[in-house]
Amino acid sequence: MAAPASASADTSSGPASAGAPRAPRNVVFVDGVRTPFGKAGPKGMYAETRADDMIVKVIRELLRRHPELPPERIDEVAVAATTQIGDQGLTIGRNAALLAGLPKSVPGFAIDRMCAGAMTAVTTTAGGIGIGGYDIAFAGGVEHMGNHPMGEGVDPNPRFVSDNLVDSSALVMGSTAENLHDRFPKLTKQRTDAYAALSQQRYEAAAEAGKIAADLAPVATRSGEHGWGLATADEPPRPGTTAESLEGLKTPFRPHGRVTPGNSAGLNDGATGCVVADEHTARELGLPVGMRMVGYSFAGVEPEVMGVGPVPATEKALKRAGLTIDDIGLFEINEAFAVQVLAFLDHFGIAEDDERVNPWGGAIACGHPLASSGVRLMTQLSRHFAEHPEVRYGITTMCVGFGMGGTVIWENPHHDETAGGAK
Amino acid sequence: MSTETDFAALFPDEVVTEARTRLVDVPGLSGKLALVTIDNGHDHTKPSTFGPAGLSALDKALDEAFAAEPAAIAVTGKPFVFAVGADLSGIGQLTERAHAHRIAKTGHDVFRRLTESRIPTFAFVNGAALGGGLELALSCHYRTVADNVSAIAFPECFLGLFPGWGGTQLLPNLIGADQAVSVILENSLNQNKMLKPGKATGMGIFDVELESPDFLEESARWAARVVNGEQTVRRPEIDRGQAWDEAINRARELVASKTHGASPAVDKAVELIDLARNGDLDEGYAAETEALADALMSDELRAGLYAFDLTQKRAKKPAGAPDKSLARDVNKVGVVGAGLMAGQLALLFARRLEVPVVLTDVDQERIDKGVAYVHGEIDKLAEKGRLSADGVNRIKDLVTGSLDKRAFADADFIIEAVFEEMSVKRQVFGELEQHISSEAVLATNTSSLSISEMGAELDHPERVVGFHFFNPVAVLPLLEIVRGERTDDATLATAFAVGKKLKKSCVLVADAPAFVVNRLLTRFLGEVIASVDEGTPFEVADRALEPLGLPMSPMVLLQLVGPAIAQHVNETMHAAYPDRFGLSDNLQRFVEAGKTSVWTTAEAGNQIVDPEVAELWKQGDAPLSEEQVRDRALRALAEEARIMLDEDVVVEAPDLDLCMLLGAGWPFWLGGITPYLDRAGYSESVNGERFLEPGVASVPNS
Repeated sequence: MAAPASASADTSSGPASAGAPRAPRNVVFVDGVRTPFGKAGPKGMYAETRADDMIVKVIRELLRRHPELPPERIDEVAVAATTQIGDQGLTIGRNAALLAGLPKSVPGFAIDRMCAGAMTAVTTTAGGIGIGGYDIAFAGGVEHMGNHPMGEGVDPNPRFVSDNLVDSSALVMGSTAENLHDRFPKLTKQRTDAYAALSQQRYEAAAEAGKIAADLAPVATRSGEHGWGLATADEPPRPGTTAESLEGLKTPFRPHGRVTPGNSAGLNDGATGCVVADEHTARELGLPVGMRMVGYSFAGVEPEVMGVGPVPATEKALKRAGLTIDDIGLFEINEAFAVQVLAFLDHFGIAEDDERVNPWGGAIACGHPLASSGVRLMTQLSRHFAEHPEVRYGITTMCVGFGMGGTVIWENPHHDETAGGAK
Repeated sequence: MSTETDFAALFPDEVVTEARTRLVDVPGLSGKLALVTIDNGHDHTKPSTFGPAGLSALDKALDEAFAAEPAAIAVTGKPFVFAVGADLSGIGQLTERAHAHRIAKTGHDVFRRLTESRIPTFAFVNGAALGGGLELALSCHYRTVADNVSAIAFPECFLGLFPGWGGTQLLPNLIGADQAVSVILENSLNQNKMLKPGKATGMGIFDVELESPDFLEESARWAARVVNGEQTVRRPEIDRGQAWDEAINRARELVASKTHGASPAVDKAVELIDLARNGDLDEGYAAETEALADALMSDELRAGLYAFDLTQKRAKKPAGAPDKSLARDVNKVGVVGAGLMAGQLALLFARRLEVPVVLTDVDQERIDKGVAYVHGEIDKLAEKGRLSADGVNRIKDLVTGSLDKRAFADADFIIEAVFEEMSVKRQVFGELEQHISSEAVLATNTSSLSISEMGAELDHPERVVGFHFFNPVAVLPLLEIVRGERTDDATLATAFAVGKKLKKSCVLVADAPAFVVNRLLTRFLGEVIASVDEGTPFEVADRALEPLGLPMSPMVLLQLVGPAIAQHVNETMHAAYPDRFGLSDNLQRFVEAGKTSVWTTAEAGNQIVDPEVAELWKQGDAPLSEEQVRDRALRALAEEARIMLDEDVVVEAPDLDLCMLLGAGWPFWLGGITPYLDRAGYSESVNGERFLEPGVASVPNS
């Protein structure tokens, strides 16, 4: 039954109208950190480390970096994980808050939108901040793909196949990337390999400049065989990668296909987190403002070509914000697959080596622990903003398994009209 | 190398603690941190210890660490455990002093590498650090500790040893002699008290306490700051003059009051702390090594290790107990009697079993008083911070009183603590049987009456079991569980299950007069009193047992038990065994005069025999020397213990020892009692045989 049309129009009575109509509040990205990302599997550095312990290190590192943030002022701990069982279960946000030693008065919850989990943790808490449900929230994600391989415990409804709802390839992310090559014949393996090599090279340069390590929370890694270690750097990157060195790699998803381990992100373990806040509260507490949220959108696409998701998500977000692609000066796009990044760049007419896109390389180099990646993009974009006052707007965008895309548009608080350089 | 193989073979069953070195990067540290993990490959329920192979493994790991020329070296443990010291089971098997000497020296040599390193060394104490584990930490230049570590201590003196891998030398030089005496002697001899990390850091044992969730990460960062000179580490100035003298004097007094010189290793600890004043590690470690070799080859230590094993293992798996699966659930408890003992029992059952406990007595007034007592004790626990507000509500709600015995209809376990008189107890059980289910257990807290007799006239005598606690109930860990002639396995299994939930150490005993602890104490005390009756001065008789280092002298024990109760037990024992348990007319007069203590404090402040006691005690003219009194009391103990084993009062001699350790607080260096009777020759002299084979609680004859 529909609600009476007059109910929402009448603002003079009822509990919702006790005060004057409220204006949405500005939501800011304060700061973010992450664990180093590891290779999933028994030989990976996190093979004997728990996922919940990883997100705990992130929460504590943020609090350590921001002594001006009283822990009891955190109104929510939103933590994403794609597989929410075992060490990623027990309502991971609440579980992590308690383990991190936050006051018991601080609540938490678990969230899932596959690869866009942490991004959704940010947009959801941002929405809450916007209407005054929270002042400050922790948002992040964790995925230990060694402990929880993709698809662990899933039970797809047989109607997906019987009713031809999706092609069986929709559940295999590598196959959806191959499908994307089919849809856009101009996206050749040569181009994806070149893009992948560029990602590795940009990451290597950023790492050497100390830009990557600055955002990492060290993690003590347990190993019964080797003793304790200390993770302080990403495990997946392959320095010295060239397009030529990627040419001969296997194509596990199709014989003579185009998608290889070299031009895709790997299977990884890692956790990320950030503090988002009402701008007024942030200023009051003296918290830094890394970015200001302009808007966001999620959009669905055919699950068989989930990699194209960032295109409609970005178009939708731009439209809602009243901006165009030309207003965007910096892009952090998740590199689940090189082909998916190229589909986005081609669509918007951006060169594949454009310096505004993933300036420190991307997931092809550093890894993509599913639900945690969204906040890595945001943390890095906030660092780029600080380095580029001439830029006013940037976006973080990613494709999402089972046919979705998500885009968040951010404004640079350091923006200075008079600053030189590119937009 | 063959020598190495031989060394490792000294502890044939060693669970080898491995040490792994990893070179790791630490933010802010230029150069690597060599991180050494101590890990025996088991989970925290089997903590890492050091035997010969473990020491060799650590030595190799340090070779690797030093070879890498790192910026710093740090040692840490597996999750929840840093290291808990020497492998005690291996020590118990050493047969030659030369081997003991080698173990002692190797520990020093390996640990000292960390002390004398030119590269800064750190201990990241992430979990339990006991004995040699704590010495390993002290051997490093700097120490961090996690705020969740629950066990930090030098338990050596408790066992009849001293911290002999550097502890007596390093600790006083780090935190001062007085605090070192507290940790090494006072805590250890005070029921092996542990230090909390905050307290230990305050004392200066650790340089910084860090929170557990990211302890290793933050320890590594702290270490980097120390190496970089960004973090200063303050150490107190040590007073090596008067303060050191005073500490040693305090230590001597402490030891005199606790062991009376009965544990040579404890005396040695004082000597070594005194020696540490020079701060000369060569001299100090050499002395520690020699003394440790002696201590490892001493019967006192072997008895201590035997006693420790009994309290840790045998106490948890009672000999002769029926299969656990036979135990019935206990979801409601009844307590008959509302006096002091009944109140203590009600409180214990409510707190530990967390099921309803109903008190009953002959009138409502007593019941109300009993319940009020329990509720008052619960409030006291809350004041001490040992119960939360919700916990207070919960436990108070569980304890109620009822004059109507029908309140016991759904009780599964009913214990009586009424007047110690057979007819009264039989009447109580008889009346209860009208109201309760046929399977409910009827337990009695009698200290000397026959369980079989108590149940003889019941419809279900198989449900009666003895449940003998020691006063104060909440403190003393022993519970003698008495099987009557007709007690069935299900009842007995239920009694053991309840005892375990009450966190008591249960020993199965037969339905024999006064069971174990009271019987041995009564026999022993009877001989001392008899020697006084015959003419031995109180001063002589009461000092006679001092060389054993018992927790109290015989006359003080008499005072603690209460002369009237002691005399009551004497009568029971005399009736059962008139030729071994005498009755003292003097003691009877003493009781009738309402006296509680032989000793009183004179005006000058010294202890003297109460003149009224001296007046009423009619002594003979055949005084004995201290040695003769001691000999008489110990021969009697040897005889009684053997008879008890012959009568099958307990399964084996170790059960007698366990009872004396936990019920009478007899010391580890005696191993309870039978190891001492064996090594002092009483067993063979009186009974013609030992209680335990050589090597079980003594150095084997090689």
